[in-house]
Parts: sequence; C-alpha cells; structure tokens
Amino acid sequence: MKQVLEFEKPIIELREKIDELKKITVDSDFDLSKEINTLEQRLEKLEGDIYGNLKPWDRVQIARHTDRPTTLDYIENLFTDFIEFHGDRLFGDDESIVSGIAKYEGQPITVIGHQRGKNTKENIRRNFGSPHPEGYRKALRHMKQANKFNRPIVTFIDTKGAYPGKAAEERGQSEAIARNLMEMAGFNVPMISIVIGEGGSGGALALGVSDHIHMLENSTYSVISPEGAAALLWKDSKQAQKAAESLKITSYDLKELKVIDEIIPEPRGGAHRDVLLQSQFMDKVLKESLKQLNEIKTEELLEKRWEKYKQIGDINEPSSL
Amino acid sequence: MLKDFFSKKKKYASIPREEAKQDVPEGLMQKCQGCQKIFYRKEMAKNLNVCPECGHHHQMSAYDRIESLLDYGSFIEWDKHLLSNNPLAFPDYEKKLEKDIEKTGINEAVVTGKGKVNGLDTAIAVMDSRFRMGSMGSVVGEKVARAIENARIESMPIIIFTASGGARMQEGALSLMQMSKTSVAIQRLHNAGGLFISVMTNPTTGGVSASFASLGDYNFAEPGALIGFAGRRIIEQTIREKLPEDFQTAEFQLKHGQIDKVIPRHDMKRILTTILDIHQ
Repeated sequence: MKQVLEFEKPIIELREKIDELKKITVDSDFDLSKEINTLEQRLEKLEGDIYGNLKPWDRVQIARHTDRPTTLDYIENLFTDFIEFHGDRLFGDDESIVSGIAKYEGQPITVIGHQRGKNTKENIRRNFGSPHPEGYRKALRHMKQANKFNRPIVTFIDTKGAYPGKAAEERGQSEAIARNLMEMAGFNVPMISIVIGEGGSGGALALGVSDHIHMLENSTYSVISPEGAAALLWKDSKQAQKAAESLKITSYDLKELKVIDEIIPEPRGGAHRDVLLQSQFMDKVLKESLKQLNEIKTEELLEKRWEKYKQIGDINEPSSL
Repeated sequence: MLKDFFSKKKKYASIPREEAKQDVPEGLMQKCQGCQKIFYRKEMAKNLNVCPECGHHHQMSAYDRIESLLDYGSFIEWDKHLLSNNPLAFPDYEKKLEKDIEKTGINEAVVTGKGKVNGLDTAIAVMDSRFRMGSMGSVVGEKVARAIENARIESMPIIIFTASGGARMQEGALSLMQMSKTSVAIQRLHNAGGLFISVMTNPTTGGVSASFASLGDYNFAEPGALIGFAGRRIIEQTIREKLPEDFQTAEFQLKHGQIDKVIPRHDMKRILTTILDIHQ
C-alpha cells in the first residue's frame, strides 16, 4: 500500500473519481468523455496548486516518505563500478552509512551516504539511517583514503540524526562527529554534499563539511527536528508543524540563509514519483559542481572552503566600539 | 497571681516589617547543589564556587573564570561588541537575548581574548552557561572562530572552556553551521602546529560537544561535569531503559577513554601552566 500524505488527499480523491468515471465508460455505453476531460483539467490545476505551494511541513512529509529514494538508489543511477566497503577497523561496521568507490563520468570518486531502510526489516539492520560513532569513523577512513588517492568525495545526507543511544555515547558520538567536521576541512580533494532527505543536525553535518552543498527541493536540513523544537519551546510535540515553519528548514530557506549552493528540483510530488528523472536532475548539478571544483588548485580549494564557512552566520557588529 | 500582671512574657509573636525583611541581602547564602548544605555566598566564591564541604563544582561566570586563571591585569578582550541578530525572525528570540544581556552583563554566551597564565601568553575563550544555556548561535561561533584564528596568526596557544547546552535552536541551520565554522578554524590551527587545550565544564553537550570541545590536543573536564552528545531524557526514551547515575559525567567520559584527564578547579591553573610551559 502506497503511503498517502495528508495534503495530497484532495488529489487522490479526484483521481479516484476520474478512474471511476472511466470504468463506467468502459463498462457501459454512456459517453462521459466530456466530464472526464473537465475533471482531468481540474486535477491538473489542483496538482499545480498543491505541489506549487508546498508548506514546510508538507516538504517534511515528502522528505520522510517511505518510498523516497535512498543513497543506494542514487549511487546506482549516477555512478558506475560502485563497490561498497565496510568497517571502521576499530569497532564494527555500521550499516546506517554506506561507503565505497565508484566512477562518475569516468572519474574515480569516493561516495558515502546515510542509508535508510525501505522496510522494517531493512530499517532495523540500518538503524533507520541513524549512525553510531563507528559509522562516522568508517566514513572518515574512506575519506582519508580518497584524499590519499586524490579522488573527489561525494556524500549523500539523509538521516534523522546521529543515534541517541547509550552505546553511542560510550564510544564517543561527539568525538566522532567533531573529528569528521575537522578532518573534512583539511582534505585536498573536491568535496560535494547533497541532502537527499532529512538533514538531521550534527549527525547529518558529520558528512557535510564540503566545498559545495546542494539540496533536493523537498529535503530538509535542520539543527533540531520540528518535533524536538516543539517539545522544547511549547512543551508539545504536536506543534511540530508550527516549528517546521519557524526553524526555516527547507531548501529555499537554506539557500536564502546562504548555507547551501544549489536547489535541485524534484519531479512533481517528490523524488519518489520518478527516481530516474530525479537522478537526471542531480546529475546535471553534480556534473557542473565537480567540473568547477576540479579546476581549482588545492591551496585555493582549502582557502575557499574556509571562506565558505567563515561567512555563514548573521551577526550584528557595530562599527564604532 | 498578681505577678502575672507584670510579666514581660510576650503574648504575640512579632512579625518583622516589610522593610526589615528586605534588609537581609538577596542571595547572602547559597545552598550547595551537591551536599545541600548552606554556605555564605562569599565563602563559596572565594573557594572558586567549589563546595568547601563536598567539592561540588558550581557554575562559574566567564569573567570569574578568567580572573581565576589569568595574571592580574593581563586580559585583553576581543569582539566584546558583537551582538546577535534574529535571522529567522524567531518568535520571542530578541526578548530572550535582551533579558540575558541584562541578567549576565555580557553580550553573548562566550567571552574571548588573550592574556597570560603565570607569565605565559595564551588566547582564551570562556563560555558562560548563564546566557541562553551557553548555546552556540552565529555570534558564539564567530567569536570562537575568530579567537582560534587570532591564536593561529599570533602563534599563540588557545584554551577554550566550554559550557553549553548545544547549538542555539532560534538560529536554526545557521547555528548548526557554526559547528563547521569552528571546526574548520581548529583544523587550520592544528595544521599550523598550534596548541589547543579544551576544558569541558558543566554542561558541555550537543553541538558544542560535537565540534570544537572534542577537538583539543588535550581534552580535559572539571569533576562532575555533564558531557555528552544526546540528552539523557532522549536516550532513555529511545532505548527504553534507565541510565546509570554517572552517565555522561566527566568521570564516565574518562572511564570510556573520551577525555585525557579530570582536573579539579583548584589544580586548573597549575596544570595549564605546566602544559603551556612544555609547549613553549
């Protein structure tokens, strides 16, 4: 059964009505083509209205859609020769992060991303895409390798956040995230991150200190989940909808805040409607992004990375002391 | 019987007038958060806010901390004038900032600058958890990053005392990105061979714990300090079990290999001096 999102219900209902009329036309001799035609025009307009005016909370729903394509889907569509590698060499293999090497347009790259499951069983294996420290340390190990062999790094961000568990704390969740942020700043290779679903706080950022950061149109990137913010602010997680607006978490918000570089459009209704088309949209941005970064000399690349992060923020600095 | 007429025994309890009540200064006494005993506030302050009885380390303001560590008169403050904006137009954020500025007398949750520790030059950043729980927004990130850059440029070590509930929600993704900003600055410092000593005080959690606080050449903590990534309540809800009493304390982090040493406040200056001296 397909997951139906709340705001899509009017569309689904109208589409069902049209299907019903079509069925009647086939089953009997009534000619309803005129009515069907009118309704189809109405559907077209309704879809345009709804999908053209998505609220932040609607986008949160799309970003969390169970059918939303994951890192492995995009790897399959965008790259060739992908081989996944495992383990952090310290503790274990965290399957909520996938990591490996591949080719993009013939160029060797390292690709890393959060990996959600598509059903309950896979989600349990992948811990719903919420990494433990060993996940981040696996990612770091592969990024260092990419740096050694001079391969650009592409990361896909898609997590509710780093896993808030006892074992994760014992093994140094903070240190693992912090170390990634710091080390990513110093790699000599081009780094590109694409937020494909939920970008949940530090757990997302730990794969996201890159030269270019892009976001799929309906993905989100936030310091705290809307539910978490609502619980803290209004002691009521049901106010999440309101919090989603206040927190400014959509791709359009983050573009305006100068946190991200490009918004990658999605097929109408979301990436899950057409994975291939979505991959094509991503391909276009990724190609241009990598081309730009490939041309920059290492020293300049690092300096630009610092400049990029240095300017993020909004401060009031009175000129007279 | 007749004597009773002349008794001086009071028949009514006397109630002090309102003005008389106010004669006792507010906060003359302080209850220790560890052993619950009552002490003179002055006595506690003289003991660096450490309980003379049980050794509990209480919160310390940024300036008190600086005074307790740096040689008298050596501190030069940086970027004191920076103020926060309300970039997301977040409801009530400005009001909360104004209230905290009034309450604490500082403009933001971190004080940065340079000075001398027993004659040795160092840059220093001290967070103050009284200001918005020490949370990191644009200004905190900017001041910390600038202090790190200044240390790098002036070839000076930097000591950072953290006290923070994490990233500041009201500035959304901009707060999150301060984790990157400060970490990139630290990377540049390390790359240049600079010394960074991180001292985590109560509490150091969330986005600060998961960025610069954990990136020192030496990571220290004060006794009993709460240090961790996720909050206890969230973890308990997630794993559906009660966490041990000492979970996420400095001692817990030491046991799990996450920090180099737990340093009592009274030893802080001495140990920092030795480390600065060894790296001269």
